[in-house]
Amino acid sequence: MTKADENPAMPGRRAQYEAALRRRSLWVAGVSTSLVFLAILVLVPLAPGWEAVKKSFFNWGVFSKTFPGLLDAFLLDIAIFSWCAPLIALLGLFVAICRDIQKPALYPLRLFATVYTDVFRGLPVILVIYLVGFGIPGLGLPRPWNSPYIWGSLALILVYAAYVAEVIRSGIGSIHKSQSSAALSLGLSNADTMRYVILPQALRNVLPANMNLVVALQKDVALLSFVGPVEIFRQAGVYKSLYASFTPYVGAAIIFLAITIPMTRFADHLMNKRRKQEQ
Amino acid sequence: MLSLKNIQKAFGDHHVLRGIDLEVAKGEMVCLIGASGSGKSTLLRAVNLLDPVDDGEIWFDGVDIAEPGLDPQPIRQRIGLVFQSFNLFPHMSAAENVMLAPRRVKGLSRTAQRGRVEELFDRFGLGHRIDHYPDQLSGGQQQRVAIIRALAMQPDILLFDEITSALDPELVAEVLDVLRSLREEGMTMILATHEMGFARELADKVCFLEGGRILEEGTPAQIFDAPREERTRQFLSQVL
Repeated sequence: MTKADENPAMPGRRAQYEAALRRRSLWVAGVSTSLVFLAILVLVPLAPGWEAVKKSFFNWGVFSKTFPGLLDAFLLDIAIFSWCAPLIALLGLFVAICRDIQKPALYPLRLFATVYTDVFRGLPVILVIYLVGFGIPGLGLPRPWNSPYIWGSLALILVYAAYVAEVIRSGIGSIHKSQSSAALSLGLSNADTMRYVILPQALRNVLPANMNLVVALQKDVALLSFVGPVEIFRQAGVYKSLYASFTPYVGAAIIFLAITIPMTRFADHLMNKRRKQEQ
Repeated sequence: MLSLKNIQKAFGDHHVLRGIDLEVAKGEMVCLIGASGSGKSTLLRAVNLLDPVDDGEIWFDGVDIAEPGLDPQPIRQRIGLVFQSFNLFPHMSAAENVMLAPRRVKGLSRTAQRGRVEELFDRFGLGHRIDHYPDQLSGGQQQRVAIIRALAMQPDILLFDEITSALDPELVAEVLDVLRSLREEGMTMILATHEMGFARELADKVCFLEGGRILEEGTPAQIFDAPREERTRQFLSQVL
C-alpha cells in the first residue's frame, strides 16, 4: 500500500515531483516564447526598410478594400479543388490497382500504370500545368473545349493521382498476407479478396497520408493562375497592379491559411489516432 | 474422400514435404503431430491449394486437385481451413466475417443467411457476440468465429492449423469443445495439433511427421502407447 492509496487527496512522491516539473517547464516555455516575440516586435521595426515594407505589405486601407474580392476569387479555388479531388481519388485508386495486376492479358494496364506514376511523379507540377494547360487548347479545339479550367484541372488531376496511387499501393502492401490467405481459403476470387478484404483496410490505413495530399492540392490550385483562371492568386496580382501594393498577397495568404491549417491539424489528428490504434 | 500420394513441396532450397502419403475417409478425424517445422502446416495449406505442391497427387472426390493449372477457387469452397492466428477480417463484424464468402461465392443475401448464421453462433455460445468486431472478442471467441466462418461455406472437409497454439491456456478448452461437437456431427477433419490429450481422445488416426515425411501412423492407442519408431517415442516423451 502506498500513501496515495490510503489517502487519495495526498499525491504520491512521484506525482508531486512530476507536477513540479510540469510547472517549471510551463514557466520556461512561457518566458522564452515572450522573449522571442518581444525581440521580433522591437527589432523588426528597427530594420532600415521596415517603413517601406509596412506600407506595401501591410496597408490596412488596401487590405480592407481588396479582401472581399479575394474571398470571391477564392470560391473559384474551392470549386476547382472540389471537382479535382474526387476525380483524383478515382484515378489514383484505378492506377494503384492496375500496378498490382497479375493477369498476363492485362499487362498493358500494368505497364501503363507504372509509366504513368513514374512520369507524373517525376515532373514539377507547374511544368505539367503549362504543357497540358497551354498544349492541349493549342490544338485549336472549339469552345468550350479550349477552356483553361478543363485542361488546368486535368493537369492537377494527372499529377496528384500519381501520388495518390503510390500512397494507396503502399497501403495495399501494408496489409498482412494472412488476410488474403484467409479470404482465398474460403473460396473468394482474387478480385473479391481485393475489393472486400484488402482495399477497405488499406484505404483506412492511408487516410492520413491522403489527407496531407488533399492539403497540398488545395494550395497547388493557385498554380492554375498561370494558364488563365482568375482565382485568388491571380486576383491578388490584379489588385497589386491596381493599388501598387503587395498587401493583397498577404490577404490571399491569410485566406489560404484559414483553410489549410485546420486541414493539416485534422490530418495530424488522424495520423495520431492511427498510431494509437496500432499500439 | 481425400487421398494424398507422394506429396513434395520445397520453398527454395528448403525441402519441406518429402513424399507424404495419407488416406482420409469420410467422417474421419486425422491428427498430424510432430515438432515445429516438420511440415504439418505446409501440408494443410497444400490441401487447401494456398501453397500448391511441387509434385504428387491429391485425390479429392475423384479429382486430382494437385493438377497444375486447375482453378483452385471451387476446390477451396469445399475444403475449409482455420488458421493458428484466426485471421478474422478486422474491419467487419463477426457476422459479416461469416457471411462474406457465402454472399460473394454462393450469392446468398445477408437476410437469407442471417437465420442460419445466428444458429451457428448460438450453437457455439457466441449468440451475444454476433455483431461485435474482432478486436472486441477474446482469442478463444475469435477462433470460434473463424471456425464458424469456415463452416458457413458448408465444406466437405475442414483443416485446422494448430488453432489453439496462439491461445491463452484457459481459452483452449472452449475451442476444443467446438471441435468435439463437429466430431459428433460427423465432419471430416484434419488437424495439425499440439494438443496430445485431445488427439488421443478423439482422433481416428494419428500421424507423426518428421522432416517432411509421415514417420509413423496408426490409431491413438498405437501411437501414444506403443510407438514403433524411436523418434516418435522421443517426441512424445518431450511433449507429454
